[in-house]
Amino acid sequence: MSGIREVFPVEAGGFTTAGEASATIKQILKKLGVDAGVVRRVAVASYEVELNLIIHSLGGELLLHVDDHRVRITSQDRGPGIPDIDLAMREGYSTASEDARSLGFGAGMGLPNMKRNADQFAITSDPGVGTCIQMDFNI
Amino acid sequence: MPKTYHSVRLEKERCRGCTTCLKRCPTEAIRVWDGRAHILDERCIDCGECINVCPYHAKVATTDALSSISRFPYRIALPAPTLYGQFRGVACIDDILTGLLHLGFDAVFEVARGADIVSKAIMDALRHKTLPKPLISAACPAIVRLIQVRFPDLIDHIVDIRQPMEVAALVAKREFCQANDVPEDQVGCFFITPCPAKVTAIRNPIGHELSALDGAISILEIYGMLSAKIRKPMPTEKLATSTLFGVGWAKGGGECAALHAENSLAVGGIEHVIRVLEEMENNKLSDLEYFEGQACIGGCVGGALTFENSYIAKNAIRKLMAPMPDLSPDVAVDTKYLRNYPLYNTLPILPSSIMRLDEDIGEAMRKLEQIETITKTLPGYDCGACGSPTCHALAEDMALGFAGEMDCIHKLKGRLQDMAQQMLEISHTPRTPRAK
Ligand SMILES: Nc1ncnc2c1ncn2[C@@H]1O[C@H](COP(=O)(O)OP(=O)(O)O)[C@@H](O)[C@H]1O
Ligand code: SF4
Ligand SMILES: [Mg+2]
Repeated sequence: MSGIREVFPVEAGGFTTAGEASATIKQILKKLGVDAGVVRRVAVASYEVELNLIIHSLGGELLLHVDDHRVRITSQDRGPGIPDIDLAMREGYSTASEDARSLGFGAGMGLPNMKRNADQFAITSDPGVGTCIQMDFNI
Repeated sequence: MPKTYHSVRLEKERCRGCTTCLKRCPTEAIRVWDGRAHILDERCIDCGECINVCPYHAKVATTDALSSISRFPYRIALPAPTLYGQFRGVACIDDILTGLLHLGFDAVFEVARGADIVSKAIMDALRHKTLPKPLISAACPAIVRLIQVRFPDLIDHIVDIRQPMEVAALVAKREFCQANDVPEDQVGCFFITPCPAKVTAIRNPIGHELSALDGAISILEIYGMLSAKIRKPMPTEKLATSTLFGVGWAKGGGECAALHAENSLAVGGIEHVIRVLEEMENNKLSDLEYFEGQACIGGCVGGALTFENSYIAKNAIRKLMAPMPDLSPDVAVDTKYLRNYPLYNTLPILPSSIMRLDEDIGEAMRKLEQIETITKTLPGYDCGACGSPTCHALAEDMALGFAGEMDCIHKLKGRLQDMAQQMLEISHTPRTPRAK
């Protein structure tokens, strides 16, 4: 079966709309009756991934795909890519600008939290091309 | 499905179907069908927002009449501390409590004292238990219901201790019966309420079985009579026993202050609370220890059944609190109250399933897809003329079978224009010449 597919474009630097894509994702999952604990984990991970697109990327999109056994969130952006993924995955590691830090971002916990909350987590990045993150949550 | 009890209801004759309330309902629980508002029972959280905004006063709250206290041989009044802020120029709480005795009650027991006990119990829990962060206050039943309906994933953050009014009623009844040697069923405990949410919570308690209260009388109902009593010179009895912190629960932030929780956040107004709960779902507030969310702006002083403007009431309460000794509930309340009364929830707080489109996820997905398809055909004005709060809500109503496409007046207009065009074309079509 095909299930639900939704695409949410996310703009680089779009702080005024920050969190809207993940809020909509959350709402869709609640309407589908996905278990509250799963919704919570998706909420946390998709918020983090959305903010990374806004803060660190040149723009991209989030994809939601739900079928009857899992929720999949895919993030795809247009660069700049992550040169050292192992480093980026470390707790506390952040290259966030002073501006982003002054808004309360840049704790360096986003990627580790995504990994912790998702049942499956995969990240690939091509410097100069873009980063792709895929997270699965079993339902 | 049994009809759920709600204090908030519609006075049909007064409703003009104006759609004001439709737009303001935080759970999209109102529809306007056939020119009148309807409340969807399963969604309503009794926050009172529609009572506040209805220009025709067609939304009302069911409460008990003062005369209903005569059902019981002995009656105890349990005023919400919000009551204290309703009277201008009253310098002491005892005046108000004495006034209540003159309305036909045999005793008064301050809900502020219940708040003191609950404060101590929460402080105790914060110290000794590992709890999810932040812990969410259970004081405002509208917010607890909001979480059940819209944020079920936050249910385990809610404090599992009964509300001040319940605790006050438990203590009031037992102490009255012991002091006067009367059986419990002879004593009626009546909450003097600032809002419909509390009335509903008494009828349908959340987290425990039966309420310890026997009724709820609105502040508005007794306001006139009580202020007349208070203004008449009378010997004032010494009745007030709560701490200033218990009294402070009436205003937004009062609970956090009572808990002496450094790292806490108090938010009033349901829309603001919703935004903060969204953040909490994203784990953005996990460094916070305590969250006090209240449906009403300014806290319970802003309740739909109060008389005084909430800012003025807040100030009046602040003035009453000023001369009181700075004694924390933690010190003031004897630990025996924590041991001797059933303060803790005995039933789980369950998520409401009303927001889900179908029991079966496959079917829910099909409906969701249908909703998205329908939404694309609607104009997106969110005008409310169809009787659903937004175009998206109409699409949902259509998918669930509660509404039809022609409920959208813009679609209807388009259809009529097409039909008019067709009629015009028909009238211009030359008659087929008859065969000679
Ligand atoms: N989509 C992305 N594009 C480029 N760099 C990224 C992206 N997502 C994460 N990063 C890099 O990984 C680092 C760690 O990310 P994260 O753990 O979310 O912490 P934070 O966002 O607080 O910096 C970021 O500082 C950034 O250098
Ligand atoms: S804030 Fe207070 S008055 Fe308003 S609904 Fe909640 S409990 Fe009632
Ligand atoms: Mg991040």
